[in-house]
Amino acid sequence: MSALPKLALPRVPGLVKGLGVTLKTMVRTLTKGSHTVQYPRVKEAPTPRARGVITLHEDNCTACMLCARECPDWCIYIEGHKYKAPPRRPGGKPRQKNALDRFDIDFALCMYCGICVEVCPFEALFWSPEFEYSEPRIADLLHDKSKLGQWMETVPDFQEYEAGSEAKKLQVPR
Amino acid sequence: MNSALTFAVELAWWQQTSIRAVVGLLAVLLPAGTLVYLFLFKMMSFMQSRLGPMEAGPFGSLQLLAEVGKFLQKEDIIPVKADRIVFKAAPFVVLISTFLLVLVIPAGPDAWFIDVDTGIFLALAVSSISVIGILMAGWASSSKYSLLGGLRAAGQLVAYELPLVLAVMGVVIQAGTLNVQGIVMAQATGEIFGWGGIGNPFIITQFLGFAIFLVAVQAELTQPPFDMPVAESEIVTGYLTEYTGLRFLLFFIGEFATAGIFSALAATLFLGGWYVPGIDPTSDLFNVIGPAILLGKVILVAFLIFWFRFTYPRFREDQLQQLAWKVLIPLSLANIVLTGILKVVF
Repeated sequence: MSALPKLALPRVPGLVKGLGVTLKTMVRTLTKGSHTVQYPRVKEAPTPRARGVITLHEDNCTACMLCARECPDWCIYIEGHKYKAPPRRPGGKPRQKNALDRFDIDFALCMYCGICVEVCPFEALFWSPEFEYSEPRIADLLHDKSKLGQWMETVPDFQEYEAGSEAKKLQVPR
Repeated sequence: MNSALTFAVELAWWQQTSIRAVVGLLAVLLPAGTLVYLFLFKMMSFMQSRLGPMEAGPFGSLQLLAEVGKFLQKEDIIPVKADRIVFKAAPFVVLISTFLLVLVIPAGPDAWFIDVDTGIFLALAVSSISVIGILMAGWASSSKYSLLGGLRAAGQLVAYELPLVLAVMGVVIQAGTLNVQGIVMAQATGEIFGWGGIGNPFIITQFLGFAIFLVAVQAELTQPPFDMPVAESEIVTGYLTEYTGLRFLLFFIGEFATAGIFSALAATLFLGGWYVPGIDPTSDLFNVIGPAILLGKVILVAFLIFWFRFTYPRFREDQLQQLAWKVLIPLSLANIVLTGILKVVF
């Protein structure tokens, strides 16, 4: 009998306060509307730095493969070939350049970590807040470079970081 | 056997019985549906700053039909090791308790199902049948979660049956009758210190009884904060774990229909039932508007019950039992003693 815990009486002021919170929330919802929206009809504006989808600015990509190698899920597929570009000055040596043949991201595998966007040294990858790209077939989530490029125009301008933080500042190519 | 029906034509016994059955079904399902839509779907959502169902019908009012349709489509799965007959019968036992409860509640001076002298005693007795159904469900499912849930439910329902009965005793002492119709009449014709303007609804004199009754009802319905038997974070959904489709739906209907009927019982015992002040309690008008008045009072009481439900987190098992045995039962006993003394004095 000695092990019986002490009788815990309900704390009445706290109980009444709790009732007040739910009642207040109900009145606010009825008068000022809810915090949620009815999604397919009403769309919330995502925050500017929302991680919706990764988009590719193809002109900046040099097929350096850094993003593909850093990707934890191995969801980026890159194929390219070398070609000789004409020399800059007359009489010069032809320059060797990389051409991008294939740049696919499998969003069925992607875990939205953003490492590819971080490591890209040529500012070819960006976050776009777009999120409505679900597909009936999972294979259709493998997006090729033309599909990845179409979100480029939805990339917002760079938002200033909080004071004191120093990080890479992306210049969105317009 | 007179009722609201006798003013029209003399009906055969089978006709009367079938009308009573239909009206009884309506009296169980209509308040249950109203409560589920108004409180479970809408009020709960508003209290969580969301809208709740909005697609099915205007403001989601047909959502309940959609839910019922969904449950009816589902496969009726019975676990291999389950005690098949007991498993199948359990939801019906719970539902029978609900349907028997509605019988004693009058909706007008002549609009009632049965008029027995021990009405309130009968109501509290048949409300205990659901314990058997829940124990059957818990035991027959052959699942440890169901068994734990069933045992918790049994312990809880037995513990809270006592304050429920004892809280009603105060009303019975004051009204001087166990007959539910008599209790309504005692409130309708009662006087507060010689002033009979609003009758004497027992919530004024028996406020402690009303509070204890509401807490005990909350526990009887195994609703939060007394939802240890279906504590989903510990034992899945307790005795409901193995149930699917129609049988789960029956348990669901049983829970909310019982919520409606216990609200009606509270409205009848403490708020004056079908009576509103200003009209002669014996007038025939109450046979027509009585059910609507009763439904209004049911919604009022159910608002309180569901408000508590959506506000408070779950009791721990030992706290739950302590509240019943160490707080509610002594309080209700004191209430009975006090009521008895005052009854003798005045």
